[in-house]
This record gives sequence, C-alpha cells and structure tokens, in this order.
Amino acid sequence: MTGTRASALKAAAARLRQVIPAGDYWIDSIKRGATLRIVDLEGNQAADTLLFNAADVADRYSAVDTIRAQANVYLSCGSKLRSTAGNVLAEIVADTVGRHDTLGGACASESNTVRYALDKRTMHACRDSYLLALAEHDHLGLGKRDLSHNINFFMNVPVTREGGLTFADGLSGPGQYVEMRAAMDIIVLISNCPQLNNPCNAYNPTPLEVLIWDADVS
Amino acid sequence: MFFGMLLAMNWGGCVFYETLIEGGKHWSLTIRAGLRLRIIDRDGGANVGMLFYNPQNPLERYNAPDTLKCQHTFKLTQGHCLYSDMGRIFCSIVEDTAGWHDTVCGNANRQCVAARWGEKSYQECRNEWTQNGHDAFLVEGGKYGLGRRDLAANVNWFSKVAIADDGAMQFDGAHARAGAYVDLRFEMDSLVLLHTCPHPMNPVEYYPRHPVLLQLSEAQAVADDDLCRNSRPENLRGFTNTELYRRTGGGAQA
Repeated sequence: MTGTRASALKAAAARLRQVIPAGDYWIDSIKRGATLRIVDLEGNQAADTLLFNAADVADRYSAVDTIRAQANVYLSCGSKLRSTAGNVLAEIVADTVGRHDTLGGACASESNTVRYALDKRTMHACRDSYLLALAEHDHLGLGKRDLSHNINFFMNVPVTREGGLTFADGLSGPGQYVEMRAAMDIIVLISNCPQLNNPCNAYNPTPLEVLIWDADVS
Repeated sequence: MFFGMLLAMNWGGCVFYETLIEGGKHWSLTIRAGLRLRIIDRDGGANVGMLFYNPQNPLERYNAPDTLKCQHTFKLTQGHCLYSDMGRIFCSIVEDTAGWHDTVCGNANRQCVAARWGEKSYQECRNEWTQNGHDAFLVEGGKYGLGRRDLAANVNWFSKVAIADDGAMQFDGAHARAGAYVDLRFEMDSLVLLHTCPHPMNPVEYYPRHPVLLQLSEAQAVADDDLCRNSRPENLRGFTNTELYRRTGGGAQA
C-alpha cells in the first residue's frame, strides 16, 4: 500500500475544523459517508488513532485484521481499515504521505520506562490521553480494555527482511494530510502524541488539525 | 514421560506435566512465575495462537506493539521478552529452535476458515470440525470473564510471515519443522489462552491440523548474565519493573 493522492475537498466546506494541540485528545462520532482529514500541521507528528463501530463498540479497529486483509503492513491510499469482526470501518481515500504505521502502538508511561528510562514514568503519554478521553465520555461505555492496537498516522516504522523493526525518519512534513471516508457510523479517538523522548518528532510534539465533511458535501 | 525426562536433563527442573493438544483445538491455564513451558511442534507445520493476561488484573494483557518496539524487532525468537501493556514481562523466550514467530497476523475467524478450506460442522465431523482461532480465544477467555473487548494481537508460535521492502507480507510454508520447540520462562503469574488452529495466512490446500506437546517444569533462577535480561537495555528495565511488581504484592509470589 503505497502511493499518494491529493483530495478534492475544500476546507471551506468542512463542517468542522479543529486544531488538536500536542498532548490532547480528540473524540467524535462520524456518520457513514463522511470524510475525516487529519493534517500534520508542522510535520512528523504522530496521530495515534483508534476507530470503533458506533453501533457495537466491541467491534473496533484491528491492526492485525487490517494488514492481513491487504497483505501489507503499511497503510496508505486504498487501505481499508477493518474491525475485529472483519468489517470495513473506513477507507483511506487521500494521502499526501504514502505510508503510515500500524505496528508500533501508542506510547504509555509504563512503556516509556522500558523504552527510555525508569525515571520517565511520570511523563505524559498517549494512553493517558486515551484513558482521560474515555473517562470524560463515559456515556460511551468504553474503558481500558477497549484501548487496543492503533494507527500511527504520519509515522514511518519500516520492517526489515530479517525481521527487524526500525524507526526511520518520517516521510511526512508540514501540511501533509491523510483522509478517510467512514464506511459505517464510527467513533474516532485520536491522541496527539506528547512523546518527548523520541527523535521521530525531533523531540518536539506539534499540533494536528482535523476536518470533517459530511457525506453530501464536496 | 520418558521423552520429557530426557529433555529435562538439559535444562534443570524435571517435567512435572506433559500434554498433547491436537490441531484445531484450544486450552487455557494459569502459569506462575518461575515455571518453564516448552511448546513442541511434534510433526511440523503447527501454529499455536497465544494470549497472556495478568490473572490478578486481567486489564493488564500482552501487548504486541510494546513487545516489538521496545526490542526493535518484528519477529519473536530466543532472547526476546513478551511484554504486558504495563511495562512488565509475562515471559522470556529462553530457548527457540524455530527462529521466527509471528505476532502481527492475528487469527482466522469462522468466515476466513470457511472461505479458505471449507467449513466442517461439528454435527457432521465431530472432533474433526474446522475450529478457528478467533472463536477459540472467545471460548477460553469467557472462562475468566473475558470477551470480545479483551482480544488483542496474539502470538502465533512456529509461524513465519516475512515482509518485503514494500511492506508485502509473505507466509513461509517451509518454516515450521518437526521437533522444533520454544521455551518460555514465566517472569510473572500469567493467564495463558492458547489454540492450535491454523495461521490465518497459511495457504495450504486442506485445513492444517497439527498437534503440539506442552511440557511444564521449574525454570532455573534468572542469573545476572541471563540472555533475555541482557539482550537489550530495555529488557533490564522490563525485568526491574516486573521484580518491583512482585516485591510490592503483585502475583501470588509476593
């Protein structure tokens, strides 16, 4: 799954346009047929993204089912984002980057202690943002068990033929974006990654922007 | 048992339990810290799907992304540790003759099995029905109050899926050899769900049905120069986190 495709959608026609500062989360429901754009405003910023079937939240984005169905570990234009039951939640319909990661998961304060140093325990992390999002939206009935293996839009994590995992310089840059069209009513949860220990964002987490177009707007 | 005792001479504690799990089946058990589980692909071609949970707090579970990224690996083999989402280690791979195990391909579900190999119902085929890994995990997890929301990317022991430069995934059908085994040393008490259903990318013509032998024994104590503990600085910290958990009351060994 490689290749880039620009979008024909005009920002002025979007029904929502919102900046997500680094370290914040964004959660919203999106109707079938609507399009969500995520913009990497300053470049190489990780948008840690989870999707849920709004009608059955236990049926949620599944990285393993998604990559297996397309027989490719990277996400880009044409990638169908599948659920644990094999349903298509959304499809990537525009992408100016060409490759996104869904192997590396989201950072957590606990995994930071392993990856970087034991004294990183109290630093902010994506999974803290996720937990706060779910606690503040408890009407959704979601909790820690619903936080599974996510997408890292704008991150580049190549796998080697020998079975290594590398963390390469990003392919993204300021103003790059990815768009997905919802194939059913979905809930989207994004953590704008607060990571301060990883060179992938030059140790400098920056804002993202989301835009939504309803189905009948172009 | 003779086979097991012979093997045990090479690695410390005697095998105190051995069982055979036929292909296309599932099982679960809790394994306490300090035990060693050997999984043997008796005939070659086996696949063992596996998930791990903390029995004291099942919200703590095996996390494939954390496991891969903290050890900069895509495959699992000797020297690697299997991490929970809480920065702790369920078990270490202390020995492995297979060399590559998958943890990103998930399971086949009922529809996938039916499309690939055709469905054999229980009514028609009894024990030769075509069970799938997804349902197997739901059944075993249900015994501990776990459900669909608790599933995660699992390990597929003995299965190799290599990745080309463009990201294409290729199942290696020649990988799983008869007699290959992998040894897991448990670093914390773990609830283990397992199945022997086919790997979802296995392209063989007929539903693959291969048995595995499981052997449990006492592991040797973790030495200062232990391979898994020292294979990466990340694992030293993972062991420190796990030891802290045990010393402060986590698990039955507190």
